[in-house]
Amino acid sequence: MLAQIIQNLPQVLIDGLTLGVVYAVVAIGYTMVYGILELINFAHGDVFMTGAFIGATVLFLMLGMGFLAAMPALIVFLIVIVVAGIATGLLGVGIERVAYRPLRRKNAPKLIALITSIGISFVLEDAVRFIAELKTGNYIVTAPSMFNHRFNLNLHHIMPFFDNATFQGSFLLVLAVTIVMLVSLDLFVNKTKWGMAMRAVAQDRDTASLMTINVNRVISVTFFIGSALGGATGVLFMIQYGTIDPYIGFILGIKAFTAAVLGGIGNIRGAMFGGVMLGLLEMFAAANLSIITHGAMGAEYKDVFAFIILILVLIFKPEGLFGKAVVEKV
Amino acid sequence: MSALFDKIAQNKKNQVILFIAYVVLTGLGLFLLPDSTIAFLLLLFSILVLYYLNFNLRAKWVTGIAILAVLVPLIASHSDSYQTYMEVGTLVGIYCAMALGLNIVVGFAGLLDLGFIAFFAVGAYTYAIFASGQASKFMPFGHYPLPGDTFWIFIFVGALVAALFGILLGIPVLRVRGDYLAIVTLGFGEIIRILLNNMDHPLNITNGSMGIASITPPKFFGISIGNASQFYYIALGIFLVVIYVVRKLENSKLGRSWKAVRDNEIAAQAMGIPLVKTKLAAFAIGASFSGMMGAVFAAKQMFVDATSFTYLESTMVLVMVILGGMGSVPGVILGAAVVIILRTQVLTNISDWLSQMSTNYGIPIPPALSPEKMQLLIFGLLLIIFALYRTQGLIPHKNRKVDVELLKKESAAAALEREKSTSGGADS
Repeated sequence: MLAQIIQNLPQVLIDGLTLGVVYAVVAIGYTMVYGILELINFAHGDVFMTGAFIGATVLFLMLGMGFLAAMPALIVFLIVIVVAGIATGLLGVGIERVAYRPLRRKNAPKLIALITSIGISFVLEDAVRFIAELKTGNYIVTAPSMFNHRFNLNLHHIMPFFDNATFQGSFLLVLAVTIVMLVSLDLFVNKTKWGMAMRAVAQDRDTASLMTINVNRVISVTFFIGSALGGATGVLFMIQYGTIDPYIGFILGIKAFTAAVLGGIGNIRGAMFGGVMLGLLEMFAAANLSIITHGAMGAEYKDVFAFIILILVLIFKPEGLFGKAVVEKV
Repeated sequence: MSALFDKIAQNKKNQVILFIAYVVLTGLGLFLLPDSTIAFLLLLFSILVLYYLNFNLRAKWVTGIAILAVLVPLIASHSDSYQTYMEVGTLVGIYCAMALGLNIVVGFAGLLDLGFIAFFAVGAYTYAIFASGQASKFMPFGHYPLPGDTFWIFIFVGALVAALFGILLGIPVLRVRGDYLAIVTLGFGEIIRILLNNMDHPLNITNGSMGIASITPPKFFGISIGNASQFYYIALGIFLVVIYVVRKLENSKLGRSWKAVRDNEIAAQAMGIPLVKTKLAAFAIGASFSGMMGAVFAAKQMFVDATSFTYLESTMVLVMVILGGMGSVPGVILGAAVVIILRTQVLTNISDWLSQMSTNYGIPIPPALSPEKMQLLIFGLLLIIFALYRTQGLIPHKNRKVDVELLKKESAAAALEREKSTSGGADS
C-alpha cells in the first residue's frame, strides 16, 4: 500500500500544486475582504468564474480575428489575462458598491450582508449562464487549447520507487503567473502606502478614518485587487482544465475559503500557504483514498475530505494555522 | 373617498360580507373557468386576506381551516387539473413546514444554516430505505419493504432521526460563531449530499446516484394513499401541527431564550441562559420539522435521489424565510407559499406562454430566456432586494405586546403575598 502511494507521489505533487496555487489566489480574495469587512464574500467564487468566462470570450474574439495565428501565444495569453483581470476587478468594485456599501451605511447585522452576497452569487451564475447559452447554445464552454505540450518527467529512471509523471505546458504557466501575482501582492500590501492603508483599515476602521484614510476608497481598492486576482485565476483555470461552466465558482469558492480559514483568515501569507496545502491534500486524497480504504471510498469523497478539514480547523483551531486568536470583547 | 372606504373597511359586518363575496367569486371562477390557475391562486390568497381582517383569532382559524380543508379541494375536484392543484397545495404545505423549521434556527435563534435541506434529505431517505426493497440489501433481519401502515410511525421516526442529525451537527458547530457557522452548515449539507450519492459501496445503503425507486405508498386504514389530493391532507395536517407547535414555542421560555441569544449572545449568557442547550434545541426542533416533511416528500414522490437535496434547495428555503420576514410566523408561511407558487406555477406558465408565442407568431424567443431556467436570477435578485431594502420581509415580525399595567399589578400582588407569608412565619 505504502509503496503504491509513494509511487504516484510525483504526479500527486504536480496536480496538487496546480490546484493549490489556484486555491491560493482565490483564497486571497476571501481573506482580504474578510480582513477588512469581516464578511464572507460568497460572490467571490463566482467572480472567479466570471473571469474564466470573460477570458474565454476575449480568447474566442482574438481567435476569430486571427490574432492567435499572428502573435505568439504567450502575448495573446497576457492580453487575455489582463483584460479579464481588469474587468473582474471593476465587477468586484461594482458588487461592493451595490450590495455591501448600503448595508454598511445602515449598520445592518452581518447576517444580512452574507445573504446579499449569496444573492449576488446567484445573479452572477445565472447571468453568465444566460449569456453563454444565448451565444453558444450551451452553457458549458470548451476553451481553445493553448500550451498543451506534454512534458514527461522520467523519474522512474533515476529513482525507481517513483512512477513517471507528466504535466502540460500550462502547468508551468499557471505556476509562474500565480507566483508573480502572489509575490507582487505581498510587496504591495507590505511596502506601499496603499498597502499600509489597507492594513490600517483591517486593524481598526474608525481609527484609520481618523488618520485621514479614506476608508471607502480603501475598501474599493481591496475589492478591485481581490476580484482582479480572482478573475485572472479564472483565466488560468480555463487554460489548465479546458472546460468551464457557470457553476465552477461555487465549489471552488468554498474550498478557497477553506484554504483561507486553514491559513488563518485575514492573513494573506497564511491564505497562500493554506491554498497550496489544501490543493496537495485534496489531490492526495483523490489519488489514494481508494487505495487506503481498499476501494470502500473512491475519489468522489475528495470534496467531503476538504469539508471535513474545514470543520476540524474551525472547531479546534478557529484562528487558523497562522492567525492570532481574537478574544471577543463586550 | 378614502375616508368612506376606511369606514366600510372598519365595519366588521362589511368585512364579513366582502370576504365571503371574495371567496365565492374566486371559488366560482375556479369552478366555472376551464383552465383557472389564477382563480385557484386567488382563492388561496383569501387566507392572506383573512389574516388581515380583524375577526377574533378563533374565528379566523376556523374559517382558514375550512377554506383549506373543505372548500379548496371540493371546488378544485371539478377541474381537469385537480391533481396539479393539489400537488401545488401539498408542496406548499411541505415547504411551509420546512421554512418554519428554518425560521426557528435563523429567525428565532439567529444561527444562519445554509445546509438545511440535509435534514429534509435524512427524513426522506429514512422512509425511502425502509419502505422499499433497499433495506433488505444491508439489513440482516426483517422483511422489506415495510407495509404502508408504518408511514405514520415513520413521520415521527423521520423527525427523530433528523433531530438527531441536528444535534450531531450542532455539537461541533456550537464552538463556531457567526459567519463561520454558515460555512460549516453549508459544508455539512454538501457532505450529506455526497454521502447519499455514494453510499452504494461497500455497503449498499442509499443505492448511490441511482436513487431509491418504488417506495410503498402510505396506507390509511387499508386505503392506499397515492394521489396528490390525498397527500394534500397529510401535508395540511402536519403543517397545522407545526404551526401550533411553533406558536406555542415562540412565546415560551425556550422561544424567548432563542431571541435573547440572537440579539446578544454574551448578554444572554450573563442572564443565565444555557447557550449550548438553547442552540441545540433550535437545531433539533428545526430539523425535526424538516425530517417529518422529508418522509411525506419521499412517500409522495415514490422516488428519492440526491439531486433533490442540493445547495440550491437549501438557499431556496432560506429565500422563503428572508422574503417572508425573519422570525415572523405568518410571514414565513407567506414567503414559502409565494416561492413555491412562483416556482411551480407562475414561472412554468410564463415559460409555456413564451414558447407558444414563439411558435404561433414567429417571435423568436431564445430558449435560454425561458423564465423556468432563470430561477437563480429571480431568487438571487429577490434576496438582494429584500436584504437591502426590506430587511424585515413581507410581514414583519412583531413581538408580543405585554400589558405593563397588568404585569405591575400582578407582581405587586405577588410581592404582597410573599410579604404576608414571611411575616406570618416570623410571628408564629
